[in-house]
Amino acid sequence: MRKFLISILSIVLSFLVGALVLKLSGISPLEAYSVMWEGAFSQPNYIAYIIIRSTPLILTGLSVAFAFRTGLFNIGSEGQFIIGALSAAYFGFIFHFSPWIQIPLVMILATFVASLYGGLSGYLKARFGVHEVLSTIMLNWIALYISNYAVFVEGLRRPDMETTEFIQPSTSITILPDWKVSDAGVEWLSHHPFWNSFLRPPVNAGIFIALLAVVVVWIILNKTTFGFKLKAVGFSPTASEYAGISTKLKVTQSMMIAGALSGLAGATHVMGVSKNIAALATHEGYGFDGIAVSLIGANNPIGVLFSGFFLGALKYSGQKIQSTLEAPSEVIGIMIGAIIFFVAIPKIFDFIGDFKAGKKHD
Amino acid sequence: MLALELKNISKTFGTFKANNHINLAITDGEVHAILGENGAGKSTLMKTIYGEHHPDPGGEIFLRGKKIEIDSPSHAIRMGIGMVHQHFRLVRPFTILQNVILGIEPRNFLGMIDYKKARAKAEAIALECRFDLNFDQKIESVSVGTQQRVEIFKTLYRNAEIIILDEPTAVLTPQEIKDFYVIIKNLKAQGKTIIIITHKLHEIKEIADRCTIIRKGEYIETVDVATTSEEELASKMVGRKVDLKVSKSSTVNSDEVVFKIRNINVLNVKNLPAVTDFSFDLKKGEITGLAGIDGNGQSELVEALTGLRKIQSGHVLINDQDITNLSPKAIYHKKLGAIPEDRQRVGLVMDFKVKENFVLQTIDKKPFSNYGFIINRELNRFSNELIARFDIRPTDNEIQASALSGGNQQKIILAREIVHNPDVLIAFQPTRGLDVGAIEYVHRELLKLRDAGKAILLISYELDEIINLSDRIGVIHKGHLWADLGDSAIKNNPKLKEDIGLYMAGGKPV
Amino acid sequence: MTEILFLFSTTLMYATPLIFTGLGGVLSEKSGVINIGLEGMMTFGAFIASWVAISHGNPWLGFLAGGFGGLFLAIFHAIASIKFKGNQVVSGIAINSLGTGLAIFFCRILFDGASMTPPLDLEKKIPVFMSQYATVYIAFFVTFLIWFIFTKTALGLRIISAGEHPKAAAAAGINVSLYRYLGVLSSGFLAGLGGGSLSLAIVSNFRPTLISGQGFIALAAMIFGKWNPVGTLCACLFFGFSQALVVYIGGFEDLHISSQLLATLPYILTLIILVGFMKKTTAPSALGQ
Repeated sequence: MRKFLISILSIVLSFLVGALVLKLSGISPLEAYSVMWEGAFSQPNYIAYIIIRSTPLILTGLSVAFAFRTGLFNIGSEGQFIIGALSAAYFGFIFHFSPWIQIPLVMILATFVASLYGGLSGYLKARFGVHEVLSTIMLNWIALYISNYAVFVEGLRRPDMETTEFIQPSTSITILPDWKVSDAGVEWLSHHPFWNSFLRPPVNAGIFIALLAVVVVWIILNKTTFGFKLKAVGFSPTASEYAGISTKLKVTQSMMIAGALSGLAGATHVMGVSKNIAALATHEGYGFDGIAVSLIGANNPIGVLFSGFFLGALKYSGQKIQSTLEAPSEVIGIMIGAIIFFVAIPKIFDFIGDFKAGKKHD
Repeated sequence: MLALELKNISKTFGTFKANNHINLAITDGEVHAILGENGAGKSTLMKTIYGEHHPDPGGEIFLRGKKIEIDSPSHAIRMGIGMVHQHFRLVRPFTILQNVILGIEPRNFLGMIDYKKARAKAEAIALECRFDLNFDQKIESVSVGTQQRVEIFKTLYRNAEIIILDEPTAVLTPQEIKDFYVIIKNLKAQGKTIIIITHKLHEIKEIADRCTIIRKGEYIETVDVATTSEEELASKMVGRKVDLKVSKSSTVNSDEVVFKIRNINVLNVKNLPAVTDFSFDLKKGEITGLAGIDGNGQSELVEALTGLRKIQSGHVLINDQDITNLSPKAIYHKKLGAIPEDRQRVGLVMDFKVKENFVLQTIDKKPFSNYGFIINRELNRFSNELIARFDIRPTDNEIQASALSGGNQQKIILAREIVHNPDVLIAFQPTRGLDVGAIEYVHRELLKLRDAGKAILLISYELDEIINLSDRIGVIHKGHLWADLGDSAIKNNPKLKEDIGLYMAGGKPV
Repeated sequence: MTEILFLFSTTLMYATPLIFTGLGGVLSEKSGVINIGLEGMMTFGAFIASWVAISHGNPWLGFLAGGFGGLFLAIFHAIASIKFKGNQVVSGIAINSLGTGLAIFFCRILFDGASMTPPLDLEKKIPVFMSQYATVYIAFFVTFLIWFIFTKTALGLRIISAGEHPKAAAAAGINVSLYRYLGVLSSGFLAGLGGGSLSLAIVSNFRPTLISGQGFIALAAMIFGKWNPVGTLCACLFFGFSQALVVYIGGFEDLHISSQLLATLPYILTLIILVGFMKKTTAPSALGQ
């Protein structure tokens, strides 16, 4: 409960920080925030976009949160996302099965490869004592360059483009892509303005996968002996080791699962939205945002679900101030940084409490 | 003349009153003991004098008759008050000299430390107060006894007239304790005023002039040590009559060896030998004590026996089954239980609920889980049963272990290990930091296990505990089994304690 | 011979930002505060340095401003870590987001919506002495200075005591918080200088991808260098060398190594070094507490 309150207060403070930064640069914060509000909720298709935006964030948030519960800080969600996306793009392109086989197969393979990538950090920590924060940061950059390399590999590269070939249509998890443009679909949608607007964006099944992941992670953490042991290791590696729980194994397993969740985020993104991957100048930030999602959600799967939607909305609506007010959308990044900052110092809220109490006494 | 006087000092942490209207008067040049149980509020009181805590409003402190307020340790130091904490405040990678001068370094205009000047001053003081220190040694390479002397020396270097010592002998060997007494007498001869916080009665009898007793944060009384017996001190400390000796039935005679340690060698964290060619037997129905000074291989031995540390060579057998280098889990299920030295770091997951701590080792087993899913109903049933049987308070199985008192935390571990019905129980410092009532409880439970025919290995730094409980006593020194005293060697030996003390320090009685 | 000279000078060039930042890490961590936020402090410092150099035309003013840019962010990290005893790793991550966010935000505000600053004219860049940027010499001098402080002065003794055993320091009457603030703030200043030495010397503008993990590589260099200023210097030279090697090998036209794969080299080397040395090193005892 206290954690929930801290998250809310951190969000409130971050809006103040954002307002300050906007004000400093001569932009009216009120105007900016109202543009964001309008841009997030005034049309059904905005909501759809927010759901699409939130899907990978919920999954990367779960990834970070899961590792946190074992006492690990998974900054590597970004790299694991890239590896998952790259694998999905690759397998989705080379396989030609029917959707019922293709979709689960590609998704499982992509998740698996990413889980190995995440597990590597866990193994390096367990075996060599390399702090996961440093190893995952390095692996993020390595993943970025590997992905960029793969994009330019002949055969996978889309001729004359800085992207890979599109995945096979049978790999797509976009909802009703053909029907939307069919005569019947167009006809039906023209009579149903809500759905017409809502289905305009590439609405995809990723959100259901994310919801399923939330449930599964919640069950693992709260109902299974596996989760019991992971949490024991997170709270006290020494006591766990003494009680016969192999901390090294648990650390590796935890990072593998974290990697899998981030990889799943990458896979759903490719299979549902982008359909291929492009050469990147720098990280896109799905994994880094996952850190914020996890922290705002108090590392709890249910909390992550809500904070994932919140951050998705924030990021989506943040773009709109750039086009409307020419206010740099980086203010969103600043706000996210501020939220993380305030969550890191829960004591600041005690201080506020004391301050209030002190005032009363005077 | 009063060196220091405290009037009406209280200190509250949240809702907990650590000190409640305490009065204290220290005469100039005396050795004054503060006696109280663990958690009675002695350290809090001393930290108040040293400026580490601020007392609640209403309390007054007088230094040589003048009312003062002490804001910080540096302020206390300036007023001539020095303190030696129980856990030494020394920077391990620094030399003794660097530790001595830290905070008041003589330096030149560039801020460079003038080590020459510092050394000259330190050596002069050492000569005057008869301290033997090699100032260039690093703290990490000197003995605990030397570290304590450095701590005392630091206060002298800062011109302390009043020196507070918090549990000064807790970590010393019997021989070091004797040296310590000499130092205290020297300091007294120099005219220093000494305040010693302790719960050891014979220590008070040995060096203190007067003694103030504190119980549950309250001032009880100040007595003249020479005219008060140890028994009287003990009952004033606890608030009831206590029996200093544990009543113990005679040995259940059985020669059945259930646990054999054969020539084991174990390395420490730095890959240096910690336990060397160590052999030992445990018999059914016996408590075997292993005495020794902290850091002589006890931790590594226990870790090796419980599967946490690799045994380089040699064997460990339980009921003639080889358990050498098995996993902690496998060893546990071969019926070896252990009460670890550090209950908060190793024994319990402090952030877990009480009921979860009961099943740390057994969560995989039926009935607590089925196909990897936890059966919460069984956890509740099991934990409520143990909470009732071992009288753990509070009786709520949903609260975190960290919310319990040290004694009740230890009860969780005891309960967990006893219910597992081990053939061999290793009890490592089982009463560390507990109050008298909890100590008595733990001792009774250990004796009950012994009478039920279990083999118990009691490893403790408290020699009294070992002597009171053990049927047989081994001494570990520098990783070697230095002495092995059987029933006959223990009984009818009036000099038993002195002898063991000598063994612990690596000597032999003449 | 010219190749060796090329490698040598390229090594020094690329090592310089790492040296500043790595030394910053040493100062912060020796005082007991983990500083994962070096990356963000570098980024913000690089931007501020570039902006001031462009607007005032003086690279030295820009360089100094870069230091203060890093210091500005360090204030937040210090308050979070020391005053509020917060989670230092999480705070560091926040600083990284803030540093990058603020840098690009103000870049867009000040430079017509562009996420990178316009290139500096040659005379507005850090001047070159004896075929090396002046910042290279400064980096070596700062290394000496910090070595001197740690081994010879009371200030150094106190900073180390704050990181090794804060209670011992406090019992000796030392204001632990003060020395930790000093450690963290100066680390921010140095990381800012590190950023400035990138945007004012090695390249001639600020752009979002300028730092690309170098703050973390500097952190790894600090670990590799055992939290010792001279050791850190050597480790940074090693990483600078790996970067120089990338440039050198990339120069061979007929050697068909993908530039993308080559770019992973510094990161892979960092990982290997962490694997090989993590267990043998000893961090300050009270780090992060």
